[in-house]
Amino acid sequence: MQLALMAGLVVGACAPLIGVFLVQRRMALMGDGIGHLAFAGVAAGVLADVWPVWTALLVAVAGALAVEWLRARGTAQGDLALATFFYGGIAAGVVLVSKADALDTNLLAYLFGSILTVDRGEVVVVMILGLVILATIAVARRSLFAMAIDEEWSQVAGLPVAALNAALAVLVAVTIVAAMRVVGILLVAALMVLPVGGAQLLARSQRGVLAWSVAIGTASVVIGLGMARAWGLAPGGTIVLVAVGFFALLAMADAVTGERRLVRSQR
Amino acid sequence: MFNPVTTLEDVSFAYGSDSVLDDVSLELCGGEFVALVGPNGSGKSTLLRLLVGLLEPQRGRVSLFGSDPRHLRDRARLGYVPQRPQLASGVHATVEDVVRAGRLTRNGWLGRRSAGDRDAVDAALDAVGLLELRHEAIGKLSGGQQQRAFIARALSGEPDLLVLDEPVAGVDADSQRAFSASLQHLVDQRGGTVLLVSHELGAVADALDRVIVLKRRVLFDGTPAGLSQRGVSLGIHDSDLPLWLEGVQTPAAPPEPHRHSDHSVN
Repeated sequence: MQLALMAGLVVGACAPLIGVFLVQRRMALMGDGIGHLAFAGVAAGVLADVWPVWTALLVAVAGALAVEWLRARGTAQGDLALATFFYGGIAAGVVLVSKADALDTNLLAYLFGSILTVDRGEVVVVMILGLVILATIAVARRSLFAMAIDEEWSQVAGLPVAALNAALAVLVAVTIVAAMRVVGILLVAALMVLPVGGAQLLARSQRGVLAWSVAIGTASVVIGLGMARAWGLAPGGTIVLVAVGFFALLAMADAVTGERRLVRSQR
Repeated sequence: MFNPVTTLEDVSFAYGSDSVLDDVSLELCGGEFVALVGPNGSGKSTLLRLLVGLLEPQRGRVSLFGSDPRHLRDRARLGYVPQRPQLASGVHATVEDVVRAGRLTRNGWLGRRSAGDRDAVDAALDAVGLLELRHEAIGKLSGGQQQRAFIARALSGEPDLLVLDEPVAGVDADSQRAFSASLQHLVDQRGGTVLLVSHELGAVADALDRVIVLKRRVLFDGTPAGLSQRGVSLGIHDSDLPLWLEGVQTPAAPPEPHRHSDHSVN
C-alpha cells in the first residue's frame, strides 16, 4: 500500500500540473490520444519482451512530438490530425497484442491501472518521471502560461515557442507513461483535466489554479485508494470517480453561489 | 537629429500570388507617435508583422534597432499588441497575471524575477486605468478592459517601441481615452516611439506626430494636419481613400510644406 500511495501521490500531483496547460490551450483530449499511442508502445514491448514502460515512453514521446509538429503547421484540422494518430495508435496496439497473443491480466493492468501491484522499481521510475515534470514546470511555467494566452505575442517577445511546445508535448507523454500503472492508459487523461476543472472554479489566478489542481489531484488519489482498499474496488476507476465527484460538487456549489449573487444583484 | 528606431527599405511581400506590399520604404525615429492608416486589406497588419519579425520580406530589408527583427536580442525594447488577441476560454488568470507576463521580455523565458518587476507592472496597470481590477479574472472583463490589459502587458516590458494593431477596435469610449493617455505617457515621459494601426484615431488624433497612408505602398507620409487639409479623414476606409492619393487623379488643392516633409508618394 505504501508503494501504491507513493506512486499515486506523484501522479496525482503531476498529471493536473500538465493538465492545466492542456486545458488552457483547449487541448484537454490530447492526454487521451497520447494514451492510445502509449498502448501501442506497451503492446510492442510485450511482443518484443521488453519492459513495456520504456517502449510506451518511446512511442508516446514520438507520437506527442508528431502531433505537435502537425499542430504547429496547421496541417489538417486539429481534431482530424489527432483522431488519425490516436485511433491508429490503439488499432496498432490491438494488432500487436493479437500477434503476441497477450491479452491477459498484464496488459489489462496498463489499460486500467493496477496501482496496488506496483513494485519498487516501478515506483522509482514514476518518481524520476515526476521529478522531470516538476522541474520543467517550475522552470517554464511563466512562459508556458504566456504562450497559452497568446502564442503570437510570445513569439514576438522572444520566447522559444517551438521548443516549449515540444517540451510540453514530451511532458504529456511522460505523464501518461508515469500514470499508466496508477489509473491506466484509458483513464489518465481524466486525472489530467478533472482536477483542473475543479481548480478553475476555486481560483482566479494562474498560481491558484495550479495549486488547487495539485490539491484536488492528490486528494482524489488518497481518497480513491482508501475507498478501493476498503471496498475492494478497482483503484484506477475509483480515483477518477472521486475526481469526478470533486468536480461535480464544485460545479454545483459554483452554480448555487452564482444564482445567489444574481438574485442579490436584482434586488 | 533622431536615431531611426526601425527602417523598411524597398520591402515587398505577397501571400502566395497576392501582392500585399510593394516596395515600401519608411523610417520611424525615437519619440514619434505615428499612425498607419489605410483601407482594409492595404497591408497594414502585414507591415507590422514584418516589422516585429513574425514575417520575412520577400524583397527588401527590415531593420529594428539596427538588427533583423527576427534576430533582435534585446526583445524588451519592443512592445507588441496584436490585432484582437483572443483570450481562450480555458485561460484562468488575473489581470495582474497577464500584465506580469509582459516582464518575460526583460527577464527571459525562464522568468527570473527582477527588482523592477512589481513597479513596472503597477505602472503599466496604472497607465491603462486597471489598477483597481488587477486581481479580477481577465475572462470576466469587458472586451475593452481586456484590450487595456494586453496594452498594459506590452507596457510592462518598458519598451522603446510600441507597436499596436487595431488596439481600440470595438472598444468603449472610456477605454479609448485611457488608452490614449497611456500611449502619450510612453512618448512624453519615456521618449518611446509608438506605431499604431487603427481606423479609429479620434482619441489619439491630437497626439499624433505623423500619419502614414498605406495601400500596398506608401501613399502619404506627413502630419495629420497635412492629410486633413486635403480632405482625407484619418480613419480611412475604402470609400475615404481619394483617387488622387493613389495617383489616379491630381489633387484638388496643392500640398502645403510641413515639418516632416508631407508628401504624397505617387
